[in-house]
Amino acid sequence: MTYLIKGARILGGEARDIRMEDGVITEIGTGLAPKDAETIDADGLIALPGLVDLHTHLREPGREDAETVESGTRAAAAGGFTAVHAMANTEPVADTAGVVEQVWRLGREAGHCDVHPVGAVTRGIEGRQLAELGAMADSAAHVRVFSDDGHCVDDAVLMRRALEYVKAFDGVVAQHAQEPRLTEHAQMNEGEVSGRLGLAGWPAVAEEAIISRDCLLAAHVGSRLHVCHVSTAGSVEIIRWAKSKGWQVTAEVTPHHLFLTDELAETYDPIYKVNPPLRTKADVEALREALADGTIDCVATDHAPHPVEAKETEWSPAAMGMIGLETALSVAQAAMVDTGLLDWAGLADRMSVRPARIGRLAGQGHLPVPGAPANLTLYDPGVRRVVDPAASVSKSRNTPFAGLELPGRVHATFLRGRPTVLEGKTV
Amino acid sequence: MKQHLISAADLTKDDALLILDTAEELASVADRPIKKLPTLRGRTVVNLFFEDSTRTRISFEAAAKRLSADVINFSAKGSSVSKGESLKDTALTLEAMGADGVVIRHSASGAPHRLATWVRGSVVNAGDGTHEHPTQALLDAYTMRRRLGDLEGRRITIVGDILHSRVARSNVLLLNTLGAEVTLVAPPTLFPVAVGTWPCEIAYDFDAVLPKSDVVMMLRVQQERMNAAYFPTVREYSRRYGLDARRMDALPDHALVMHPGPMNRGVEIAAEVADSTRSTIVEQVANGVTVRMAVLYLLLGGSEPAIGNSRTEGE
Repeated sequence: MTYLIKGARILGGEARDIRMEDGVITEIGTGLAPKDAETIDADGLIALPGLVDLHTHLREPGREDAETVESGTRAAAAGGFTAVHAMANTEPVADTAGVVEQVWRLGREAGHCDVHPVGAVTRGIEGRQLAELGAMADSAAHVRVFSDDGHCVDDAVLMRRALEYVKAFDGVVAQHAQEPRLTEHAQMNEGEVSGRLGLAGWPAVAEEAIISRDCLLAAHVGSRLHVCHVSTAGSVEIIRWAKSKGWQVTAEVTPHHLFLTDELAETYDPIYKVNPPLRTKADVEALREALADGTIDCVATDHAPHPVEAKETEWSPAAMGMIGLETALSVAQAAMVDTGLLDWAGLADRMSVRPARIGRLAGQGHLPVPGAPANLTLYDPGVRRVVDPAASVSKSRNTPFAGLELPGRVHATFLRGRPTVLEGKTV
Repeated sequence: MKQHLISAADLTKDDALLILDTAEELASVADRPIKKLPTLRGRTVVNLFFEDSTRTRISFEAAAKRLSADVINFSAKGSSVSKGESLKDTALTLEAMGADGVVIRHSASGAPHRLATWVRGSVVNAGDGTHEHPTQALLDAYTMRRRLGDLEGRRITIVGDILHSRVARSNVLLLNTLGAEVTLVAPPTLFPVAVGTWPCEIAYDFDAVLPKSDVVMMLRVQQERMNAAYFPTVREYSRRYGLDARRMDALPDHALVMHPGPMNRGVEIAAEVADSTRSTIVEQVANGVTVRMAVLYLLLGGSEPAIGNSRTEGE
């Protein structure tokens, strides 16, 4: 099928027509003739490269009650994504070639977006013994990102070895930075609010200490380190310093850490419970600045679906995590574009180009030019919508943005020239 | 007054004084041969205790019964998710039974907040995790006021495990509302990191604050805190932060010694101090019933006078 997009503002620029044929962008110009193409009116819409998420939890295998690869990638497409990384903390853990190939294959069968399984760093994400990283890298899933996300690889020797080992296949270790002893029983950001609410604190230093150590380790062994869900102003300073040394350190920030603060815990509603926790206004401001200046490379959702009963409880036994795929672009617009911190080209860089590069995804993260793969998102930044959890495409409803009015809506998503979303509806 | 009593911060100064004044009125009932008032006849109060606390439960039970409420005791130990029915399902059950008031004790901070979103009746927090215990603060204030008069400008020193103490949190808030000046004393490890934002003073040196204290309130220190390195040994804690006879002698003559119980005699408080004439510890227990009667009456009693129609008793 051939598509002709009429009048889209590519990266927020002047209106142009975009022709897509056989999975590739073949022509960009004005007044292009439809010929045999299906025409899509994109007046007022912005064209972005298909978004790439380095961090989702698709829950399959094991917790299909919360999400499946099919439902999670459908939600991703609805949010404008053409590629997602699926974290390894499934049941069983994605720590063998067999499991990562299963997840990869489920993604191919669903067809909503590319699924790149993340391999566990250690067997069973137990932090004791390296998983067969090479087997996962060589598998059909072609794993390049390794993470024990949900758990920190806190053993310094294991972390060093993992960083070194993945150099053989240009892999990267994505660290969930959380010093475990400093965060035993931790419930929320440690600060004024935790003290008042009587909830055990998760101090910023527990994240910053691990990031510091890992930056030094990555420098020592000349490896690539990626820092998951950076949440504190202090972490930003450390990463900025590591990058100034020329070390191969990259980092991501979640939409919720760019937008929400720990005061939301005052409701004791665990919809706001997440790991790492929501921090303070000063942290949010530092994270936005860091994403704007490139210290933080990309936005990654940490989409973490949970069934209703895991959140309809008291705070402390509730599950940690929030869904985010369907709201990520809107939140990023509100936090970064509407505030003037990034333009649309900058946002495309942070939500597509750079995450694709970190994940070594050759076919993703290309700006819309003739010859590029036809992975595109058409986005209407002018509308406003109130987030309704009941309308989630994801199987789960645990969005902290419920009831908030956010800007923008994904109008269409194309995966290699094929629509996965049209008129705001998944295909 | 708000519909629920979940935090001491829910109370304005007028609310707090109304509760304390109402408790004064109700105290007279305790001295009568028949201690019962018909005020809450036909109302149902559920004591929902997810944590063992016989003393608090019987205090609320006695309070509700003296107001002629129907009392249902519901004990469910353990966290809701790990052991069967969820708090929400329990709440819906209570709702179906038509509870007018639910008194909840729970090991999870914030459980009363959650409960209040699921039931229509009034929720009274009888202690939630390491968050708050507002009726304890009210009975403490009541006890102080009976002994010392108006609390405006009074200097109250609270000593012990502030970090994990729901009693301390509620007392700081309520005493501040009532115009008292609170000083918290603990080793630095047992303060929340941001305690500097609380409306009170903090001190590490117990001896320095003794001479200027009108009240010293000692908090229970759990021995397991030692294992988590909050302090080196129980003996060292006791030496630096325990209230012994020597420290009691450094207090002004009129100063009171309080403890919410249960006490660790010989740890945070010496037996001779606990049993001294300055100690209000037994009085606090008695006042607990009175103050909880006032709270239940004001939350559930509507417009009926507290004791005005007591002559109808026995109808």
